[in-house]
Amino acid sequence: MSGAELGTRLREGDLSAAPATLNLLESTAPADREQAKALLGEVSPASLGGEAPGHIIGVTGPPGVGKSTLLSALLRAWRGTAHEVGGQGRTVAMLAVDPSSRRSGGSLLGDRVRIEFDPADSGVFIRSTAAGERLGGLARGTRAAAQALAAAFDVVVIETVGVGQAETEVADVADTVAVVVQPGSGDVLQFYKAGIMETPDVLVVTKADLGQIALRTRRDLNAALRSLGVNGPGSTRVLAVSSLPPAQGIEELVAALEEHREGLDVAGRRLKARRAGALLDFASENGERGMRAVGGRRAAERLLEEQDPTLDTAALVAVLEQNASERG
Amino acid sequence: MSSEHSPRLPERDRPWMMRTYAGHSTAKASNELYRRNLAKGQTGLSIAFDLPTQTGHDPDDELARGEVGKVGVPVCHRGDMEALMEGIPLNEMNTSMTINATAAWLLALYIVAAEEQGVGQEMLQGTTQNDILKEFLARGTYAFPPAPSMRLIADMIAYTVEHVPKWNPINICSYHLQEAGATPVQEIAYAMSNAIAVLDAARGRLGSPPTPRAQELMGDVFGRISFFVNAGVRFVEEHAKLRAMGILWEQLGRERYGVQDERHLRFRYGVQVNSLGLTEAQPENNVQRIVLESLAVTLGRDARARAIQLPAWNEALGLPRPWDQQWSLRIQQVLAYETDVLEYPDIFEGSKVMDGLVAELLDGARAEMAVVAEHGGAVEAVGYMKAALVDSHRERIHRIESGEQVVVGQNRFTESEASPLTAGAEGGILIVDPAVEAEQIEAVRAWRAAREEAAVDGALEELARVARSEDSSENLMVPTIAAARAGATTGEWARTLREVFGGYRAPTGVGEATPSGADEELSELREEVARLQEKLGRRPKILVGKPGLDGHSNGAEQIAVRARDAGMDVIYEGIRLTPAQIAASALQEGVHVIGLSILSGSHRELIPAVIDALRKAGVTAPVVVGGIIPEQDVALLKQAGVAAVYTPKDFDITRIVRDIVALVAERNSVPASV
Repeated sequence: MSGAELGTRLREGDLSAAPATLNLLESTAPADREQAKALLGEVSPASLGGEAPGHIIGVTGPPGVGKSTLLSALLRAWRGTAHEVGGQGRTVAMLAVDPSSRRSGGSLLGDRVRIEFDPADSGVFIRSTAAGERLGGLARGTRAAAQALAAAFDVVVIETVGVGQAETEVADVADTVAVVVQPGSGDVLQFYKAGIMETPDVLVVTKADLGQIALRTRRDLNAALRSLGVNGPGSTRVLAVSSLPPAQGIEELVAALEEHREGLDVAGRRLKARRAGALLDFASENGERGMRAVGGRRAAERLLEEQDPTLDTAALVAVLEQNASERG
Repeated sequence: MSSEHSPRLPERDRPWMMRTYAGHSTAKASNELYRRNLAKGQTGLSIAFDLPTQTGHDPDDELARGEVGKVGVPVCHRGDMEALMEGIPLNEMNTSMTINATAAWLLALYIVAAEEQGVGQEMLQGTTQNDILKEFLARGTYAFPPAPSMRLIADMIAYTVEHVPKWNPINICSYHLQEAGATPVQEIAYAMSNAIAVLDAARGRLGSPPTPRAQELMGDVFGRISFFVNAGVRFVEEHAKLRAMGILWEQLGRERYGVQDERHLRFRYGVQVNSLGLTEAQPENNVQRIVLESLAVTLGRDARARAIQLPAWNEALGLPRPWDQQWSLRIQQVLAYETDVLEYPDIFEGSKVMDGLVAELLDGARAEMAVVAEHGGAVEAVGYMKAALVDSHRERIHRIESGEQVVVGQNRFTESEASPLTAGAEGGILIVDPAVEAEQIEAVRAWRAAREEAAVDGALEELARVARSEDSSENLMVPTIAAARAGATTGEWARTLREVFGGYRAPTGVGEATPSGADEELSELREEVARLQEKLGRRPKILVGKPGLDGHSNGAEQIAVRARDAGMDVIYEGIRLTPAQIAASALQEGVHVIGLSILSGSHRELIPAVIDALRKAGVTAPVVVGGIIPEQDVALLKQAGVAAVYTPKDFDITRIVRDIVALVAERNSVPASV
């Protein structure tokens, strides 16, 4: 199937196009790369007549924090049919980015099994992908896939592991970033206080069933955010949840993610994401030499800002490449 | 002849208890088998339950498909247990049950079946295996998360110590750790750490602060804990291992739990000797392996087994027949009644070599126990221990692959005459009638229709209430026995608790496994994978999955780790997957090939079901299968669309992965490298 056909199917809301879309976007074969451009063109803002409607959510946190259990609970809440209490009947795609080492080049991607869902439910799509070359980085295929799937799925989750670098990378493509920490995460708190990390849109403290420690962590995080002056309407929300039965706080979390998105300039954030993605793609393809050829990073950024805001990432990369060859 | 200085015992020792791990098809068929075995001189029962019973599923559950009556007997309700024990006097019998996640339930059914015979629970003798940590580590038949699982065990201990005083509520198993690749040091250390976790949990159920009565009960509890160990073919070191365990156990009792009564401090164990080392190639060699392994647990009187069951010579081929099991029973009888092992005091007393071996193992085990303690104890350290076992197993396989560890008939002395033992039409194994499953489904539905529904509902509601209760004086055994009496089923009991406790998936250990050393063969394979990646545009991706309820994941884990080390992207999903789950994963992940592993004998039903689900989902990737697959089933699987079948005789894992890579190349029309 051609890239254009897949893109058209996604645009028309055909969720079954998702597996082949990922196969294509992950491929480095030259012929596939051409098809991938065609696919992305079909789901670009220009073709869609606006931004892709899906909500792209980055969920990140250190290992062992309970992300899989949390995502299972979120999935239940999003998928639950509309007549169930709190059920939203929304379709969900999850891109689980695995950090496993690539010493041999290979990877073990075992996390999807920890996310509970009905395998017969065609409204859920889960794909495991190996991380990009840089620590906490996203592979190009993952960034492109998030944008493409947002044309068809109501919610697109990018799950990454780690705290720090990982959320900055996710922030480059996601509309909303949620960082998951567990009770007693003093270290995370220190990062925020020291200003090392940018604060996410939503902070989730898991294992609220642990009671006092969870509450204290939540209080400390709120206090830290206040001291940074980022605690007020429209800024970081801090929520405590327990994903184990009986689950607590999941509906509030769903609502908080939704509220963030409603208050967001989606077009602006997506435009920023496309520009950041184009820069990353261009840099990884052409290296430092390529970047110098367009007059450096700042010049490249300025050039991208001058372009039509409805261009997709691939088109923006093409602009940079053309500019580089003209100057070269 | 006897004199002051006679080295002999004044009186020959009584033999250990002799059992055969048995059960299949139905309660009625298994009851007949047990009675025949007892008539042959077997002195105790060892019940093998089928996987649905072990994991808390009724025969009509989707996950039970293909597994009903396969590796053991299905026991679904009190009626099944009564049929299983019919004509066997439970006031005299000593019954060992290999049951863990659902141990409380099966003990309750046993208590109710005994009531029917007019035997009070205080008379019952036997053992429930009930060691859940090793299920997380090695065997895979868990049902609930770690914390509530430990509570179930602690409740059973507290209950039996008072009401079923001759029962061993738990058998701490080092057996399965060795099967999963544990070294002797790991086997000792993890089993002892595991015992500490259980004893600590039990102490918590006896009331705090500790009263004098609680301290007395703690002595009883300690005295009722027995072990289930393994013995490999290096039988001198294996014997030393058991002596070391005895020393550690006594020390633990005195120092950690304040136990003083000598009787309580004795290390008591039953044994099944090693199955991991049994080969499919030249299977007759397994007989001598089993005999030698038996020596490890019988030679020295100070560390002799209380009960022994031996595997059959053909375990690596399929399910043993009654005749195969009789052969193993006869090995025990020859050892006990014909040889002179039972005539002497401990023959290793004063041996410098034995003492030295014991000291070495003790040092290693204490150091490893300290590491587990640093992780916060055995429950917290499951992930650490699992990864360590996967690593040890990988090293063992590597030694066999390289020929450093000799396995006669497999990697050395492989020339062989044709074996008359496997020449029959059935290949020398037991074939369970596929009609059994349908019969059992009918039977459980009829049982549900005939019972008093309100009584069952009430009993399950009470069970749920106690499960939710945080009052440590509320013991889960009480509503469990009431539910058994009311006629609830295994699946209903487990589902009720799952709803309260939540489901669980144990760590697979593969993510943390250290990479294989780059030998030449693996390096070549990596180059081939890189070449294939170039042609495919994506890194070759494999899905490794275990359909059904079989929890024996060692083989699948080793394939997953080696495929990663060869440079593939590996989706490893662990155990207990439905065909629909496997198909959804294969489709969504865009894998190039699917590897399935089954050791429970359910491949005839499950593999075609998985392939059907895959093709319906539109997945065209080839499927390979590994496991205990009898020769005569290979053609059947290939007909169903399987591209290749691997059995225990294919011990070279790198070669298997190379085959798989070549298969992916061929299916994607990538020409072979020159």
